[in-house]
Amino acid sequence: MQETVALELKGVSKYFGSVVANKNVDLTVHSGEILAILGENGSGKTTLMNMISGIYFPDEGQIFVGGEEVVIRSPQDAFRYKIGMIHQHFKLVDVFTAAQNIVLGVKESADYKGAYRSAFVDENGEKLTRSKCKSFFVGLKNVFTKWKKNRYKLKKVNEKVTAIAVKYGFHIDPKKKIYDMSVSEKQTVEIVKVLYRGADILILDEPTAVLTPQETQRLFDVLRRMREDGKSIIIITHKLHEVLSLSDRVAVLRKGEYVGTVETKETDEAELTEMMVGKKVTLNIERSEPKDVCDRLIVDKLNCKNREGVKVLDNVSFTARAGEILGIAGIAGSGQRELLEAIAGLQDLEEGEITYIDPKSEERVNLRHKTPLQIRELGVRLSFVPEDRLGMGLVGNMDIIDNMMLRSYQKGRSMFVDRKQPEKLAETIIADLEVVTPNTHTPVRRLSGGNVQKVLVGREISSAPKVLMAAYPVRGLDINSSYTIYNLLNRQKENGTAVIFVGEDLDVLIELCDRIMVIGSGRITGIVDGRTAKKEEIGLLMTKTEETEENLEEKEEAHE
Amino acid sequence: MVFIIGAISIGITFLYGCIGEILTEKSGHLNLGIPGIMTFGAAGGCVGVSLYMGGLSDPNNASWFFLILFSILTAALFAAALGAIYSFLTVSLRANQNITGLAITTFGVGLSMFLMESTVDKTYFAKASTYFVKSLPFAEKLGWFGELFLSHGVLVYLAITLALLMAWVLNKTRVGLHLRAVGENPATADAAGINVTVYKYVATCTGSAIAGVGGLFYVMDYLNGSWEYGIEAMGWLAIALVIFTMWRPNLSILGSFLFGGLYIAAEFIVGASSSQKELLKLLPYVVTIVVLIITSVLDSKENQPPAALGLSYFREER
Repeated sequence: MQETVALELKGVSKYFGSVVANKNVDLTVHSGEILAILGENGSGKTTLMNMISGIYFPDEGQIFVGGEEVVIRSPQDAFRYKIGMIHQHFKLVDVFTAAQNIVLGVKESADYKGAYRSAFVDENGEKLTRSKCKSFFVGLKNVFTKWKKNRYKLKKVNEKVTAIAVKYGFHIDPKKKIYDMSVSEKQTVEIVKVLYRGADILILDEPTAVLTPQETQRLFDVLRRMREDGKSIIIITHKLHEVLSLSDRVAVLRKGEYVGTVETKETDEAELTEMMVGKKVTLNIERSEPKDVCDRLIVDKLNCKNREGVKVLDNVSFTARAGEILGIAGIAGSGQRELLEAIAGLQDLEEGEITYIDPKSEERVNLRHKTPLQIRELGVRLSFVPEDRLGMGLVGNMDIIDNMMLRSYQKGRSMFVDRKQPEKLAETIIADLEVVTPNTHTPVRRLSGGNVQKVLVGREISSAPKVLMAAYPVRGLDINSSYTIYNLLNRQKENGTAVIFVGEDLDVLIELCDRIMVIGSGRITGIVDGRTAKKEEIGLLMTKTEETEENLEEKEEAHE
Repeated sequence: MVFIIGAISIGITFLYGCIGEILTEKSGHLNLGIPGIMTFGAAGGCVGVSLYMGGLSDPNNASWFFLILFSILTAALFAAALGAIYSFLTVSLRANQNITGLAITTFGVGLSMFLMESTVDKTYFAKASTYFVKSLPFAEKLGWFGELFLSHGVLVYLAITLALLMAWVLNKTRVGLHLRAVGENPATADAAGINVTVYKYVATCTGSAIAGVGGLFYVMDYLNGSWEYGIEAMGWLAIALVIFTMWRPNLSILGSFLFGGLYIAAEFIVGASSSQKELLKLLPYVVTIVVLIITSVLDSKENQPPAALGLSYFREER
């Protein structure tokens, strides 16, 4: 490995008001290496990278590129120093083609003045003897040819993009519009965008969060090829196994502070976790054996089309059992949302039956013709955490109590709502789940992501549900908060609730769930036992129908 | 023939407002101040005309070229000034665009009235107008062709040139690509190293200037130099035309003629009562609503307003 330092940070700090986002961070990246930056949520990884890429400006500290101190005030500055960032949330214009997105912001400035002057002097700098008038026209012609050559032509961009794609082994169609693309294609566009600008230092912010295991492997292959090409790659992640398999060195941040850098070869998961969290944690989910298992929810042949008339659920049948966690795995937008909404009564179905078996009376109730409210009264609860975390279930501008009341405002006979019960509930949730909030009257919007999710999941659990559907409850949460949520779900299972858990992280699904159902393009592609399942097996099931029904898949992605 | 020429004539007023507003909206700003800006532009143009004509020793010796150039410049300058106020409020201070726009309309109309009543000398307008409506040479000799294509004032050709130029800039140049990116997704444009604020300011002020020339055209060409407070209505129709043409400057040329035709159709229907005529003048709005319904039913990703239209952009907002 070469030991040329490509990028170095010294004592970099950034404050947002009184909040310390980064404090005294030192970091070194060599050419031709992959550096992983590891840290929990809120540890300041993204802020740090934003400072390198010019989105934020550091309050203290120095940045060196190739040994020279630089000031990066804007993304343009970052490009000038050949630094490119691939953001977690793609920064792409939907109605543009891949090539248009890639060329966006690229200034290919040409030396028109020089082109004009060159008409008056020869190669040695001697003045030409011909008449000034003639030279003037030759000069104009030179400028025009230069302009023509330098002119923005999409065709030229397309060719250059294809060349880059071939070099590193990407699959990309430069003429495809972004809204027709899958998540992994969009990511490819982002990476090519940075390479097109000639970046030597690439920063990837949680690139694998949205990819299937196969797509992740493909991405890693590309990254390794770039490393061989001498590029420096910084990858932000909180998935330990990825760090260990890909990176050369790992830098760890904790609560905005730099903990240290270790060689990947000389470390292991336990050490990294300890560095990240600051104390030893056991990363095992205690999966108890299911007790008193009985059928609780029988879903039979659900079919459903979305507004564009594309089939999003195709003959979906399964049974959720009490005392068991049923995991649902699948690529984002494969119909998970529609399925859960169908059960909660929020989605119109074409055909199919959803039968709920009452635990006490053994009575069978068909949920299909019930209103969402009636379904909820039966004890079927849905907590869905969408990508923006607030979109469904909580109202950002209302405080925790008011958000509790969204579930209870219809109770009681008085024409005024009862605020006492929700207040107690809010306090219980804050205490039980360790929600960090100034008080119960703080608007939920102001809480950090993890705390918002705790409020949402806590509210649904508090009603002692019979069926609990939790979709992406740990989306974007740090390790500690995630495990709090997993334990909550486990406790529900022990209490005899049928838990349906939609997750992104396959490792967690395998550790947590008793059975894992895989959904691909709205179809159940397999149900495996969580105790014996292999990740690769699930990954294959996830993409099983993708090839044959690519069109359907893409439309769904675009819809998402 | 009279109908077609009339449609083109009034349509050009819409066209100026429309392409001005398209340019502004492409940067992500919904400028509802266009009616006020057009009125103020007209007033500015009138100031220019009266300054120029008043400055001459003999108004009959006015130079065609300088009169038109000077009044276009003043119209554009006045309108751009209002546009600058609008952009300062919405881009720099991130005020609500709809409310700011409506305020600019009220402000612009009121200020124009004040200006016209207090300082502008209207005596030269009729004379000046003859310069504006002067047709191209050979118009009379070429029969129907000349009448249809060459009989218009110079501002008509300027409008069509501007519309075609704008279509080319938006779709074929790097600047156009960047401007569209700013309107679609300012965060993306910003991350790509495009100066979002500059693009927004320039697009809004230039768009306002173009719309302002539309006001000048309305007074000097369409109304033959008689000042009238009806420009505001033209502004609203211009905004409707933006939606009708689905944010395409080249399409807006044809759209403006259609709108013009619909707007004056009532005058050419024999036996229509005045109330029926007023009702017929609403046709452009009806057509716009029909287009809106069709595009939303088709649900195409292409024929949509810029995605960030009406939203303020602040880089460090999360």
